[in-house]
Amino acid sequence: MPFGPDDWNAVLLTLKLAGTTTLLLLLFGTPIAWWLARTRSWLKGPVGAAVALPLVLPPTVLGFYLLVTLGPNGPIGQLTQSLGLGLLPFTFPGLVLASVLYSMPFVVQPLQQAFESLGERPLEAAATLRASPWDTFFSVVLPLARPGFVTATILGFAHTVGEFGVVLMIGGNIPEKTRVVSVQIYDHVEALEYTQAHWLAGGMLVFSFLVLLALYGSKARSRHGY
Amino acid sequence: MATEMRNDDQAIRARFHIVYGEFSLAADLTLPGRGVTALFGHSGSGKTTLLRAIAGLERHPGAYLEVNGEVWQDGERFLPTHRRPLGYVFQEASLFPHLSVEANLDFGRKRLAAAERRVDLAQAVELLGIGHLLARRPDKLSGGERQRVAIARALLASPRLLLMDEPLAALDGKRKAEILPYLTRLREELDIPVLYVTHSPDEVARLADHLVLLDNGQVAASGPLAETLARLDLPTAVSDDAGVVVEGLVAGHDAAYHLLALDFPGGRVQVAHGPESPGKRLRFQVRARDVSLSLSERDDSSILNRVPATVAAIADADTPAHVLVRLEAGGTPLLARITRRSRDQLQLQPGKSVWAQIKAVALLA
Repeated sequence: MPFGPDDWNAVLLTLKLAGTTTLLLLLFGTPIAWWLARTRSWLKGPVGAAVALPLVLPPTVLGFYLLVTLGPNGPIGQLTQSLGLGLLPFTFPGLVLASVLYSMPFVVQPLQQAFESLGERPLEAAATLRASPWDTFFSVVLPLARPGFVTATILGFAHTVGEFGVVLMIGGNIPEKTRVVSVQIYDHVEALEYTQAHWLAGGMLVFSFLVLLALYGSKARSRHGY
Repeated sequence: MATEMRNDDQAIRARFHIVYGEFSLAADLTLPGRGVTALFGHSGSGKTTLLRAIAGLERHPGAYLEVNGEVWQDGERFLPTHRRPLGYVFQEASLFPHLSVEANLDFGRKRLAAAERRVDLAQAVELLGIGHLLARRPDKLSGGERQRVAIARALLASPRLLLMDEPLAALDGKRKAEILPYLTRLREELDIPVLYVTHSPDEVARLADHLVLLDNGQVAASGPLAETLARLDLPTAVSDDAGVVVEGLVAGHDAAYHLLALDFPGGRVQVAHGPESPGKRLRFQVRARDVSLSLSERDDSSILNRVPATVAAIADADTPAHVLVRLEAGGTPLLARITRRSRDQLQLQPGKSVWAQIKAVALLA
């Protein structure tokens, strides 16, 4: 058996983390992307840049600031404590929060691009046909932006699966709570358990390749679609 | 369809003052609440800007808009586009690419309460000849078919005002000719007021009942089509293809000579055309350059159509050799483009009785 129980736990935890993160990102990233695509406010620049920060920052920087803010003396840490939620670092919810921030650009940017490429016309046409803005969003914008949502979901999920630095900073290495696959591989390598490391690393490699294959395949198809 | 109450003072009142950087548009219009009103002008004259403002697609403060008794915009009151009972046909069809033709047609219709639906699917489909396209995707249609679907889609939203923004401009000549008859039918069969933006004199002649001339953001003229086309003080009159549009009633058909007789208030004209049902209204165009004048009725001429008329006014034409004469023929205005020399020879002046010899009558159908 190439995978031990610890390995399986790490795989399950990774999938759970990536799934939860992606879901939250689609939920909160969509309005952010819509706002970024449509607004004429001066805030568009700063907000867009803030969303894109994880693309360029070392994960350790993001992890470090999160650790400080969420920690016992940080503003959010004090808030969560006063609400009786305890502290977020080294817990699964803390890990989710960190992953949401870290993977944000991978979801928001494809959505924003998809929304921007729609242009004004479909929205105007819908308005002249009695569709309210909400109605238009669900009946016209969402279906037309579907390729953007597919890309955002795949990239958000895959990027969360692939994170390491932020996880280590904010989640630590607690079995079944915060020890995801990338950390488990690191552990195996440190313990010179190369066989187990190979199985997990190989699995990640194949997974990532398949995800990207599916992504580019679907993009090629959608170019021929409609 | 369109069986709502009607009264004679139905009107569209629009007052807009719009400034975009260098461009400004000032319009204070009262338009008939029925029939087709053409907003005519060169590109950049503000036609589309005005149409978009009327649709509520752009919000301009300080404007006033009332459509057949319903106020759509006034001061703080601004009805958003999706609450305005209008239909809009864009220059490019703008169908929803993710929906079939049928679902596109249904888009506006299904958002109406049943009581508000005054146009049914079968009728719109038949009117625009798109029955065979229903199952197709928009990208499988030709440009002309797409535009017909877009027009049907707008009609199915049961508009109380139909706005059309150069619906034929993006099409080539052949496609235009394919759609024009549908637009003519629309005008004849539906009782929906239409604002029709165009820069094509031909479309104006065929479709419009009322003409608004826009020039560089200003309303140069607004009035009934025949009257406005015959005004000598407007750039439309001066051009080489100036002319008037007259509505006539089919009076009979001469099968032996293949001539259709049309009666209009100024007399009768005969046109080379097949038979049409008597009493049918048909438009014809008489160009100023096809009308010559004589002081007596000359029956030794090959010109078939002669009507008595009175000179109403004379103005300079586009060349120093010509003048434009505005005639009244039983209340119908006509234009004649003659040489200055002929004017002096015939001693033409306002009030003088003449015979208008009409060399060519173009049926617009």
